[in-house]
Amino acid sequence: MGKLFAVVVTLIALASAAIFALHIWWVPLDISTHGSRIDRQLNETMIVAGVLFVGAQLALAFFVWRFSARGTTRPIKSFPGGPTPMVVLATVLVGAEILVLTFVGSKVWADVYQTPPAPGALQIEVQAEQFAFYFRYAGTDGKFGAMHPELMNDATENFFGLDPANDTTARDDIVVGSLVIPANQPVELRMHAKDVNHSFYVPELRIQQDIVPGLVIPLHFTATKPGKYELVCTQLCGLGHYNMRAFVEVKTRPDFDQWLKDKAAAQ
Amino acid sequence: MIARFAAGLVVLSVGGAAAGPSLRPAPAGAISGKVTYTGTLPKLRPIDMSKEPACVAAHPTPVTTQDAVTGPANSVRYVVVYISAGDQGAPAATDTVHYDQKGCLYIPHVVAMQVHQPLAIFNDDPHSHNIHPLARVNAEWNKSQPKGAPPIRTAWDQPEFIAVKCNVHPWMHGYFVVLATPHSTVTDSSGTFSIAGLPPGTYTVTAWHERFGTQSQEVTVAGSETKTANFVLTARPY
Repeated sequence: MGKLFAVVVTLIALASAAIFALHIWWVPLDISTHGSRIDRQLNETMIVAGVLFVGAQLALAFFVWRFSARGTTRPIKSFPGGPTPMVVLATVLVGAEILVLTFVGSKVWADVYQTPPAPGALQIEVQAEQFAFYFRYAGTDGKFGAMHPELMNDATENFFGLDPANDTTARDDIVVGSLVIPANQPVELRMHAKDVNHSFYVPELRIQQDIVPGLVIPLHFTATKPGKYELVCTQLCGLGHYNMRAFVEVKTRPDFDQWLKDKAAAQ
Repeated sequence: MIARFAAGLVVLSVGGAAAGPSLRPAPAGAISGKVTYTGTLPKLRPIDMSKEPACVAAHPTPVTTQDAVTGPANSVRYVVVYISAGDQGAPAATDTVHYDQKGCLYIPHVVAMQVHQPLAIFNDDPHSHNIHPLARVNAEWNKSQPKGAPPIRTAWDQPEFIAVKCNVHPWMHGYFVVLATPHSTVTDSSGTFSIAGLPPGTYTVTAWHERFGTQSQEVTVAGSETKTANFVLTARPY
């Protein structure tokens, strides 16, 4: 029975490691300029964690295979100094591994999140609400109309609380339900949440950022590959959370310019 | 049954001149007319349904917002025209009002009903919807309706103009107009309406539009004539 257990543990460990090592289950295509650094960090984390995982499982299998027939009363061997040094050693080893990963990872994270956007980045406002995302472009005047929370009204599609009757800069603002961006141009989002916490997650962009009511959360990135990708909310935000999504459409520059022109004409 | 029938005969033989409901088939008049607008219309904006690809596919031509739908000769659609005074004691409306969700739109955009009148809400789409009437006087509720789910059957207790939204498709909105009267209608694509079954009397007829406001006028109906009542609402671009 012990030997069977050792074989099963070995098979599970090797099969689950192979799924990741062979990239059978892996992250989707990266479409961002910063994504390769995130992917490298993820890769290193997976290698470190994977070696420890496989090593620990194989050691477990070996000891079970080797000693399971001895009965349960006699210890095989004692750790020098007893159990306390063993626990301390294990804690220090695991803690050191986690700290190293955190320090290296936070550097990558800060390079992505805590750098200023490139000058001339395309500005887009994001409104997250139960249970949809909306996106606002400044329109032909290049200026965003001011947001008035008391004017927000889903019934009149005024998701951003604009006041076009009195605010002329708001009249040409373009509000759409998909995030349409040009490829290879820096984009800066300014994200708002109308009601509760939401999260902006696009796996292909290697970006996941919470959006918090009362805060304007900046986020910048550059997408590289034209296509249509899914944006989902990853903070459980209520009954319709499962259906809170939108699409990110990355277009070539000429296609994007044409799209923006068409939208501006419809305002 | 026989006793009630006999009692009815007695009343008929006496004559229906007394006040109150009469069993004699009363002469029923009607009020019809047309709703038009003056002023500048708000721009209809294309509805972005990209979040729900099935609904994009359901509309070969893009759908526009429905809060200011107009037709030829300045006619206005989705105006609720109803008797706001003069028909107290009219028999209650008992037919079921149907409200559909199809292609990620509410069909019709606006429905009028009487308090306590049965309302059935259907989901004809291949995905779930969420019906959220933003009631303030009545009790507000918010229900999911997955694809293929049975209709939600309900009714409202108090008169109120209730905006309805779908939480998962924010472009979906419409109105439940709950009225004290059983005599109401919604203008069609040519802006015309007709309210029938009105006993002789003087009525206040009110037209309500979600953006263009409310107007009323008094109309006196005698016998079985059809009186005309036209409304001209003022449109504003914002």
